[in-house]
Parts: sequence; C-alpha cells; structure tokens
Amino acid sequence: MEIKWYLFLALALFVLGITGVLTRRNSIIIFMCIELMLNAVNLLLIAFSKMHLTNANAFSGSVATSGQIFVFFIMIVAAAEVSVGLAIIVMYFRNTRSVDINFLNRLKN
Amino acid sequence: MDVFSFLYLIPLIPFAGFAINGLLRNYLSKSGAAFIGSAAVFISFMLSVMVFVNVLKPEFQTQIIHYFDFLNFGNISIEFGFQIDQLTSIFLLIITGVGFLIHLYSAAYMHEETTASFARFFAYLNLFIFSMLLLVMGSNFLVMFMGWEGVGLCSYLLIGFWFKDPENNKAANKAFIMNRIGDVGFLLAMFWIMAQFGTLSYDTLFNGDNAALLQQTADTTFLIGVTLLLLIGATGKSAQIPLYTWLPDAMAGPTPVSALIHAATMVTAGIYMIARSNLLFAMTPFTLTVIAVIGIATALLAALIALKQNDIKKVLAYSTVSQLGYMFLALGVGAFSAAVFHVMTHAFFKALLFLGAGSVIHAVGGEQDIMQMGGLGKKMKVTFSTFLIATIAIAGIPPFSGFFSKDEILLAAFNSNPVLFVLGVAGALLTAIYMFRLVALTFTGSYRGTYDKNKIHESPALITFPLIVLGILSLVGGWIGIPELFMKDGNRLEHFLDPIFAQAHKILPASHVAHQTEWMLMGVSTVLVIIASVWSYIFYKRSKEDKTGNKFALAMRNKFYVDELYDVIVVKPVMWISKIFELVVDRRVIDGFVNGVGKAVVYGSRQLRLLQSGQVGSYILLMVLGLMALFIIQMFL
Repeated sequence: MEIKWYLFLALALFVLGITGVLTRRNSIIIFMCIELMLNAVNLLLIAFSKMHLTNANAFSGSVATSGQIFVFFIMIVAAAEVSVGLAIIVMYFRNTRSVDINFLNRLKN
Repeated sequence: MDVFSFLYLIPLIPFAGFAINGLLRNYLSKSGAAFIGSAAVFISFMLSVMVFVNVLKPEFQTQIIHYFDFLNFGNISIEFGFQIDQLTSIFLLIITGVGFLIHLYSAAYMHEETTASFARFFAYLNLFIFSMLLLVMGSNFLVMFMGWEGVGLCSYLLIGFWFKDPENNKAANKAFIMNRIGDVGFLLAMFWIMAQFGTLSYDTLFNGDNAALLQQTADTTFLIGVTLLLLIGATGKSAQIPLYTWLPDAMAGPTPVSALIHAATMVTAGIYMIARSNLLFAMTPFTLTVIAVIGIATALLAALIALKQNDIKKVLAYSTVSQLGYMFLALGVGAFSAAVFHVMTHAFFKALLFLGAGSVIHAVGGEQDIMQMGGLGKKMKVTFSTFLIATIAIAGIPPFSGFFSKDEILLAAFNSNPVLFVLGVAGALLTAIYMFRLVALTFTGSYRGTYDKNKIHESPALITFPLIVLGILSLVGGWIGIPELFMKDGNRLEHFLDPIFAQAHKILPASHVAHQTEWMLMGVSTVLVIIASVWSYIFYKRSKEDKTGNKFALAMRNKFYVDELYDVIVVKPVMWISKIFELVVDRRVIDGFVNGVGKAVVYGSRQLRLLQSGQVGSYILLMVLGLMALFIIQMFL
C-alpha cells in the first residue's frame, strides 16, 4: 500500500478535527475533535514507521521504532489532558448549567 | 620675573571681580563693590604695563603661550592660547587704562543705584573687560571669537541695565541682534579658513615667510570670500554701514557704558580683527577698496546726521560711528598702523567726551537735550575745559592728538586716491562743525533749561579726575606718532607696529608722497578745519533757536530715515514670515502631526479592542491561523 493513502486519510481526519474545534459550540464535542486530531497524528506516525521498516536499510531500525514509541507518548498525553479537561468542563457545567462555550465571554474587553 | 608666565592673570582677575561682585551683590557695600571692580582692572593695567615694558625691549619676540588644545587630530588643530605682540600690548593698555578710569568714574556716577544694582553694574563692567581682553590676547580666531561674543553679550547686558524701561530693552536687543548678523559673517569666514588650512592660529596663518596664507596660490574666490565675510563681522561690531543703527540707540544705557563700550573698546574690535588679519586683506585689493568706500561713506553719513541732533549723547554716538568710518578708511587704503593710532587717540578723546557728557547730564538733573542747556561753562570749569580739549582733539587741530592720527589717515587716503582725501577733509570739517556746535550750545551762552540754576555744580573728584587724565592724554597722546615730516626718527608708533604689518606692506604699493605735497595737504586741511571750528563756535554761541528749515535738514534730524528703511525692508518681512510660520506651519502642520499621532493611537487601540470578544472560538481560530502563517513563512524563507 502506498504511503500516500495513509497521508490523505490522516490529513482528512486532522482537518476535520480542526474544523470541529473551530466551529462547534458544545465543549464536549470540541474535546472529541481534539482527540480526533491526536489520533490522526498517531495514524501518521505508525504509517511512516511501517514505511521505514519495509522500505530500506538506510533509515531502518531505530527511527522506525521510535515512531511507534512516540505514539505511546502521545496517547499518554491525550489521556492526561482529557482527564483534566473533563474536570474543567464539569466545574464549568456546575457554574453555568450548560456546556456552551459562548458563555465564556467574561474575557470580553 | 617673567610676566609672560603670569599672562593668564590679566583676563582672570577681572573675571574674578565679575564673579565676586555678581555673586555677592546682595552682601557687599557700594564702596566695596566699586573697590573690587576698580582694583581688578587696575591690577590688569599694571600687568599690561609690565607686558608693554617687555615688548618695548629690542630683543622682544612675539610670545605665544599655549594653554590647552580644544581639538587636535590629523591636520586640524584648535588650541586655546594667548599671543602677545606689539599690537596686542597697545590694545591691552588702552582697554585696561581707559577701563580703569571709567570704573573710577562709575563709582561716582552710579551712586544713585541700589546697592545690589550697583554691584551688578560693576560685575558687568568687569565681565566686559574680561571678554575684551580675551579678544585681543587670543592666539587664534576662535579665542578672538569667544571674546567677540562675550563683549556682544556684555553690551546687551549693559545697554539694558535699567531693564524696567522697555525702551532700553529694545535698544539692547537691537544692538545684540545686529551684532549677531555680523557674527554670522565672522563664523562663516572662520569655517572657510578652517576648511582651507586646518588651523585658525595667527602664527601659522600669518607669520613670517612660511605663512600658510602665502602658500596660497592666488585663489581669489577664497580670498575675496573670506575677507568679505570678515568684513561683515567687523561692520556689525564696529557700526559701519549697513549695521550701524544700533549704536545711537545704545545710548539708552548709562553714560559710563557708552564711554567704555561704544567709544573706546568694543567698537574697535572690528578694527583689531582686520588689523590682525592684515596679510589676508593686503592680498585682496578688492575688499580693501570696499572697506575704504564703506568707511568714508559711513564717516560722511554719520557726520551729517550728527549735525542736526539735539541729544548730547546721540551727537557723540554718531560722532563715534563717523570716526570709526575714518578708521575703516585707513584700513582700506592699507594704512594699518594709522588706523590703530586713531583707535588709540579716539579712545582718549571720545571716552573723555562721553564722560564729560555724563558729568553735564548729572549736573542738570538728567536732561540730555542740548537745547535745554547752555552757559554751563561758568559753573563747571573742569568739565568745560576737558570737554573743550577733547573737542579740539577730535576736530584735528594740532598739536592735539587727533590731528596726528587723522592727518596720517588723510595722507594715506590721498596716496591711494585723491578723491578719498577730499571726502575725508569734508568729513573732518563736518566733524569740527558739529563738535563745536555741541560745545557752544552746551557750555556757552545762557542757560535755557528748567532745572534750578543754583543746583548746578561741578562734579565730584571721582568724576573729574578721569576727565583730567583723559584730557592730558588727548593732548599729548598723539606725540608718539609725529610724522617724519616734523622730526627725524618720528612716527614711533608706526615703527613700533612694523613687525605686525611687515608682510602686508611688502605686498601693498608703497606710499610715495613728496614732502612738499605732504606739507601742503596738511596745511590746507588744518587751516580749513580751524576756520570751520571757529565759525561754528561763534555761530552757535549766539544761536537761540533750533532750525530745520529745508527738507534736507529735516532728513538729517531724522537720521535720513535709515531706521525706517530697515523697518520696512527687514523687520516687517521677518515678522510676516514668522507669523506665517506660526499660523500655518506651527499650528496646522506640526501640531496636526503631533495630535494626529495621538489620534491614530486611540483609533488603533479602539479597533484592536474588538479582537477581545471573549468568544473562545474566535481565540482558537486566531491561534490556528497564526500557526499556519508561521509554518508557511518558515517554508518560504
């Protein structure tokens, strides 16, 4: 399978994620979109790692495996970030009975 | 003891006098202030005498004492130093000697002032002496310019001494501003010399056969340009056409000021400057002609105006302008030592005239109009006799001093161009006429004024003593310049000053007037002058009214409307331009610009504030856009 298909897929996922972050009003949906972006990057890293392993001996070994290990790191960070973020949304919900981000406009002017 | 190692004391002590009198003016008594001021100048006078004694010695060489460098890199060097030679020593004696007498006089004349004001006066006088000494002792043009500016400043301070009266302030402003106009010329000349030679020092430029100026390959643009610019500076300081109108107005100041500054010293600074740069001027015949023409024109114009003035000080002021014209005439025909000689004799008799006028004004309670005077001779014998001596001297009647100096000038003028001689004699006749008119109307006849006659008395000793000393000098001061015609080995002054003017005399055509011609010229001019003097004295002794019959007389009375002319040509356009600048440039352009910056900032900030909507979504959008921009830029750079 050529690498470009994986690239396009990852790109599409990433762009969808960004659009979602910018457009949606529900903060939980925004979180999901952030996860989507992170997963798109993970996908990309695995795809390149596999590419290096199958392709040649120039890059081989360590580069490929470090790509996969990096994925693990990203997942860990994503998990931590989600727990903190959800905690904030819960607090926010308790104060304003809603998850709509437009009510955050106390920073105005 | 070598006086030259103490040379710096000569200007320093008057400066110390200025500092003491100025700073402690609220604490000193009047006699204390007067003593400090006069003693300072007296010490300088003693030192100047010692310098002169040294200069007279036959083995004397020009002394140049270098104190420190202002600038010294490459081939540019400007240093602070003093140069003592024959020319300097004569001026030193005049400045400190006459200055000292005037300090004594002021102690009595200004006694009606408050104590603080009195001390302030002496402080200014000392500052003036300091600046003038700096001017004549400097070893290069820069030090001269420092003194030049200093005397201009002191002239302003002293003319406007009674500053509560706005008329005095206007006169002081006029003097200073006209001086300044001349100073522009002087500065430009200095810059040009600096650019051409890299030095302003007299020694390098003018001295000996290696003089830098002589290496100059007849670059006439430079010569004519520099000399004309220097001339502009001199006309401003020495009140020649066209920058002379400040001098009559400067009579608003106290009389000792008029005597010191506007008769004996400051106005001779221009003559000194030209005498110092004589080599430069000798190489430029064109400028010499210009100087001679300006000189004789000024001499005649001022003499005509003086003929119809009624204020005693104004007559003397125009007389000063006229005599300065004679000095310029002398310079213009290459008779440099004659000009210096006339500076000296003029200092004596003009200071005497002014001091005598002050004595008269004091006696009649402040009146200055000679039509309100008369018959004062009987009550003020010393003042009258010394005034008369000075008048005879200025008219140029032998054996008084003015005769010898004026005669030398006229002879040199004849040698250059007989027309100048004729005009010069005409001016001398006018001088005799208006001066004897002044004497007659003031001292003879009967008193026409309103002041109580019994109160008129001779002035105190502090006033009459300087008058007597100056009277003696006006009588004998000319005898150092007796021409060779009368006695062999005569004209000591000219030989004394020979080393200064030697180079110039090599370049200029030598004088070649036969002895018989000389006798004849001298005789003719003297006889005419004596006739004019006697006629004028008798005529005005009997005159009772003040006539301005025809239009020409009216024009003379009104100073030929020169002030009004300047007002239209210079003052009004400058005021008009300045008004335009205020209304258009200052208000609209500059204020608009400055206020506009302020307005732009407020507008910008208002627009920027809109970014802070508080909408998280837009914040995130902006973040993403910023990141994208960074990446794109990074890719393309």
